[in-house]
Amino acid sequence: MSSSRGISKKFPLHIVVFLAPATLVYTLFMIYPLADSIRLSFYSADETGATYFAGLTNYIVMVTDPDWSGAFWNSLKNNFIFFCVHMLVQNPIGLLLAALLSLPRVRGRNTYRTLLFMPTMLSVVIIGFVWQLILSPLWGVSETLLAYVGLEDWFRPWLGEEGTALVTLSLISVWQFVGIPMMLIYAALLNIPDDLTEAAVIDGANHFWVFWYVKLPLILPTIAMVSILTFVGNFNAFDLIYAVKGALAGPNFSTDIMGTLFYRTFFGFQLQIGSPTMGATVATLMFLVILVGVLFYLFVIQRRLQRYTL
Amino acid sequence: MVKLQLRNLVTTTATAVLALSAALITLPAASMAETALKIESWRNDDIDIWNETIIPAFTKKHPDIEVVFAPTPPADYNASLNAKLSGGTAGDLITCRPFDASLDLFNKGHLASLNGLAGMENFSDVAKSAWQTDDGATTFCLPMASVIHGFIYNKEIFEELNLSIPKTIPEFMKVVETIKSESRYTPLVIGTADQWEAATMGFQNVGPNFWKGEEGRSALIDGSQKLTDPQYVAVWQHLAEWSDFMGKGYKAQKYPDSQNLFTLGRGAIYPAGSWDITTFNTQADFEFGAFPPPLPEGQSECYISDHTDIALGVNSASPNAEAAMTFLSWMASAEFAELYANSLPGFFSLSKHKVTLTDPVAQEFVSWRESCNSTIRNSYQILSRGTPNLENDLWNVSAQVLNGTLTPEQAAQQAEDGLAKWYGPHK
Repeated sequence: MSSSRGISKKFPLHIVVFLAPATLVYTLFMIYPLADSIRLSFYSADETGATYFAGLTNYIVMVTDPDWSGAFWNSLKNNFIFFCVHMLVQNPIGLLLAALLSLPRVRGRNTYRTLLFMPTMLSVVIIGFVWQLILSPLWGVSETLLAYVGLEDWFRPWLGEEGTALVTLSLISVWQFVGIPMMLIYAALLNIPDDLTEAAVIDGANHFWVFWYVKLPLILPTIAMVSILTFVGNFNAFDLIYAVKGALAGPNFSTDIMGTLFYRTFFGFQLQIGSPTMGATVATLMFLVILVGVLFYLFVIQRRLQRYTL
Repeated sequence: MVKLQLRNLVTTTATAVLALSAALITLPAASMAETALKIESWRNDDIDIWNETIIPAFTKKHPDIEVVFAPTPPADYNASLNAKLSGGTAGDLITCRPFDASLDLFNKGHLASLNGLAGMENFSDVAKSAWQTDDGATTFCLPMASVIHGFIYNKEIFEELNLSIPKTIPEFMKVVETIKSESRYTPLVIGTADQWEAATMGFQNVGPNFWKGEEGRSALIDGSQKLTDPQYVAVWQHLAEWSDFMGKGYKAQKYPDSQNLFTLGRGAIYPAGSWDITTFNTQADFEFGAFPPPLPEGQSECYISDHTDIALGVNSASPNAEAAMTFLSWMASAEFAELYANSLPGFFSLSKHKVTLTDPVAQEFVSWRESCNSTIRNSYQILSRGTPNLENDLWNVSAQVLNGTLTPEQAAQQAEDGLAKWYGPHK
């Protein structure tokens, strides 16, 4: 006893050693760049490229100057639409697929699971290309397919029209990433002990009741986690829009989200010369939006979730 | 789901640039007995042409100078060139982007003045304008090539429908009307999904005839003309007429879609940039020709967009400046003009030398220089320096006019408002 107390009084060097790699890597590649990009957003550059401290000017310009604020609010609004489509379509479908997969007797369960998860593993560039071909009014199959069921008049160049482009892109993204909520929820469902469902069945519950009154309350924490992952992922999104619509996020900026706005601002585009300081401002605002969302989740939602020990 | 941490891009880029500069410092400096020149370029597609055609032709004349063509991928070019120039490791000859990117390098002292260069007299003022200071006093890059806009048409379809080349806009509209009513071909092969075609192959292609080329372009810069003036609104009005004749679903048609549609023989007229010739030569199995932008009714003087795209300058820190100047003077010669233009049909020499081109379509394009006045895209010089920049605005509004979401008047107003926000002469 006395010897073990002696050891615990010594400085726990091994803890430092074990923490060091992650701490160093995170500090160097996540915390430092984040802090430095926040610092950069308080600066401005003159014509020679020299930077000087400008305080909150960049932020004031970003939210009040019509040139910048128009683009900023537009991209924020589009980002919310992008997120809402994912929340309303991707996650319910993911939940439904997971529920179906976890039914007691499903043939070819593993095949379905692999096939549904497949798009998630493909490159966004391939996804973007394939869907552009499918939806193309020139070469695409969608018009022919609609014609088979007599709906060819419903066909539109969805990716090219202001009213539909963003929702179409969101749905493409949903198609690609629906595997992730499905897998996470499926894993959570598998963790539910059979005794609980069996007890419910003995009490006379059918599959739907078992799901609704037994399984769903038990996986709510997972669904909340999926939601927050969707939120962070969607507000950091960039690649699909860039791959399909380019950095100008047309038509008429109807598919512009925070990520593409950041790209245009920071790196410049065509004849627009990039501005690292304004770009850092957009990046910091993106960070703030995500931070607010995550804090809301942590303090409002997560605290109300009931967790059951199974 | 957590896809791309954009904030990391900042670090990644910085690290990549650092690694790149470090790699370059450790590279042994070329230590030949004779002078060795290194060319920085973004044209990695052209490396074979340089190594097999252009450089041998030069070393035949100047055996004491060795030339190495060292291209960087186009998307990385500006960033890596800046890093190399500030690190002092850049090559002797620098390929220049037009206008502000190169002007910026000159202002920072990275490019040498070429005012006294032998051979510079072989270039017109328009050719040089892309690589001059705003007052036109100093030229810092030697113009290499330009691209010309016009229309490429499918000769077989024109024969089949018994059409002749339209000279004026009413004739042009009649031709597309005929194609639409008498055949299943797409009259005008252009889409708006990528936006830039609407401005580049649309607005900048047909526009110079309306605003009288250089005259209108300089008037726009000095503020005596506005984009809301009738001659500019008329360009968008003409573009708006195109909508009915563009392919089905053109709003989602991308640039490669347009190229394929035309080379598959499904479209009749393709609003083009001369660089398309190379692609069409390899992909189209029918004969195609070209005609210049048709004239507004009653106009006899014609104007073409002969856009200055690429030039070569001398790194002011180069120890081989003299040899570099020798190379540039050779590039100003008729020999280079002919070599370059024939190896890359569609990229035309900017010099005043008469060049014999072997490609018939390229020959057709370049022949318009004789009969018409050349000008460059009006948004490139000065007018795209501020926010919002005119070039990106023109993409947006021209695409919207073709899509029917803006009227020509609204498009003009929107572009002019954007310019007026930051550009003094338009305030």
